[in-house]
Amino acid sequence: MTLAIPSTLLGEIYAVVERAYPEEGAGFLLGSDGPVRRVASVFPLANASEDAARRNRYLITPEDYLKGELEAEAQGIDIIGVFHSHPDHPERPSEFDREWAQPYFSYLITSVQSGRAIESRSWRLTDDRAQFIEEAIEITL
Amino acid sequence: MPVLRIPTPLRVYTGGQSDVTVSGVTVSAALADLTARHPDIRPHIMKDDGELRAYVNLFRGEENVANLQGLQTPLAEDDRLRIIPSIAGG
Repeated sequence: MTLAIPSTLLGEIYAVVERAYPEEGAGFLLGSDGPVRRVASVFPLANASEDAARRNRYLITPEDYLKGELEAEAQGIDIIGVFHSHPDHPERPSEFDREWAQPYFSYLITSVQSGRAIESRSWRLTDDRAQFIEEAIEITL
Repeated sequence: MPVLRIPTPLRVYTGGQSDVTVSGVTVSAALADLTARHPDIRPHIMKDDGELRAYVNLFRGEENVANLQGLQTPLAEDDRLRIIPSIAGG
């Protein structure tokens, strides 16, 4: 499994999550599926978690999901994943990530250390919801 | 007939279809038709008692049916219904 993302879009994600720091930043990955899943655009969204929870939780409201879906439809693509950050924590999914994840989606997690985006890894939930499997990230020009 | 938009994570249960035409004059009836046509999707949107799972939201157009009449929200022939999952983590 591979997630291909242009370097400019990864840069956009890094800018979003660095601005959100020390809270978690989040949004959608829009694109198309295939032998390689390709990100065509990113759709940042507000973290709708309660104030005190935003340091280690993110929430995308159903209304914002609808906005993402309408944007994807307007571009002729689909929501293919979710990006979010882990402030001062590794870019590995937590148990809470697993409990709330949807199979199929690519979950691109970025570790932000002291306000700086350091690294991203991408994960997909298994169909039985037992665990995440890491997918390769291909950064394209 | 109303059209039900399937979110990407659930399209594997509708044979890859993103839009399913359903029959029904209420949201509840439309969901019953969907699960009759595509039974594999049922456990991912409903509990055993027929209630929606907590992370499943339904929109008629751009309105959350939870703010209307819930599963009894009426549907017109040209309505577009969407299954919208809650997205969270951390």
